[in-house]
Amino acid sequence: MYNFEFAKPSTIAEAVEALGQEEAQALGGGQTLLPTMKQRLAAPATLVSLNGISEMIGVCVNDAGEVCIGGATPHATVAREAAAHYPALAALAGRIGDPAVRNRGTIGGSLANNDPSACYPAAVLGSGATIRTNTRDIAADDYFQGMFDTALHDGEIITEVRFPVPDKANYQKFVQPASRFALVGVFVAKYAGGVRVAVTGASSNGVFRWSEAEAALSSDFSKAAVDGLSTPSGDMISDLHGSGDYRAHLVKVMTGRAVAAAG
Amino acid sequence: MTQVTMTVNGKAVSGDVEGRTLLSEFLREGLRLTGTHVGCDTSQCGACVVHVNGTAIKSCTALAADLEGAEVVTIEGMANPDGSLSTIQQAFQDHHGLQCGFCTPGMVMSAAALLKENPKPTEHEIREYLEGNICRCTGYHNIVKAIMAASGQDVSAIAAE
Repeated sequence: MYNFEFAKPSTIAEAVEALGQEEAQALGGGQTLLPTMKQRLAAPATLVSLNGISEMIGVCVNDAGEVCIGGATPHATVAREAAAHYPALAALAGRIGDPAVRNRGTIGGSLANNDPSACYPAAVLGSGATIRTNTRDIAADDYFQGMFDTALHDGEIITEVRFPVPDKANYQKFVQPASRFALVGVFVAKYAGGVRVAVTGASSNGVFRWSEAEAALSSDFSKAAVDGLSTPSGDMISDLHGSGDYRAHLVKVMTGRAVAAAG
Repeated sequence: MTQVTMTVNGKAVSGDVEGRTLLSEFLREGLRLTGTHVGCDTSQCGACVVHVNGTAIKSCTALAADLEGAEVVTIEGMANPDGSLSTIQQAFQDHHGLQCGFCTPGMVMSAAALLKENPKPTEHEIREYLEGNICRCTGYHNIVKAIMAASGQDVSAIAAE
């Protein structure tokens, strides 16, 4: 990879300042960014590590009962520390990549990258979570704007993600065995106000809500309600791992499994 | 160049690194600890797994400069203080848990991390934990068997396939 200046601030304010430099890029756990830089697909002049900002690491529950996860919290920590508060989210975090990747990769890094096959976007959109940055709060429905595209501005940092805890939830991931990303992953969450269904891995536009399934499940939270739906339409990813039709079929299968597993 | 200081296998070390210097490069080229292998350099294969602050990470996908002050343990730090093999290493030898040996440092480091979290893993749990460690000789069966044995479990039922 091309060389760069390296900075490791210890506060959010210092990180924001460092990211104000020309061609500066934030570094989370680096599990996507460093391989990308090795391939010279990214060549920032300055890399600003967010791993030294202690106020951005950890899991807690706020007064509103939301599970709050610091932007620089590794997946393994979420898997361990969110388990008592939001088991479906913890289980999702515990199946990202492999154990060594989970010890390094962070929730903020995953969400800022918004890989169309990443797991976390499904949990965030499926939970209607709030993405808190150094300047504002962004609702999940406004945050994801297509493959590798988000509402973040240049230099904006995800400091925390707040998840309202549902009555029931489950994530089902059909693993692409070589990459361990989701070939298709479906996050289903049942709240008092209705059911949310978020799908990752399937669409060329990145994570999306399957509104037909949400409507059906909001009136009847059962696998049978999913069985009655036609497969989702849309711009499905088609590649050597699976055709668009196959992915669309998997969305329905994984949604049914998530509902059954949520109980 | 940035000066970086860490503790590696219990010893304080320091060196000058570029921003882009990977932990694997710092260990291998800076400290001449060549037991940590670089297989794929794309964080797929796990040959480069080391422990940083008590958890297993892929050293080819972490910057040395980002690990200032870290406690690092590599395969060179796994043997007992008298130089004899650790329980896990001995189990790999006893159960033929290595063929060409290239993946072995990463396998041993991942196995050690697993047994710290889960002292008596099932065969399934071991296989799942090793998802990020690839053995190109496909010697997984005896690797799993060695880790079962190292955790003090009976492996006589695990027949060679």
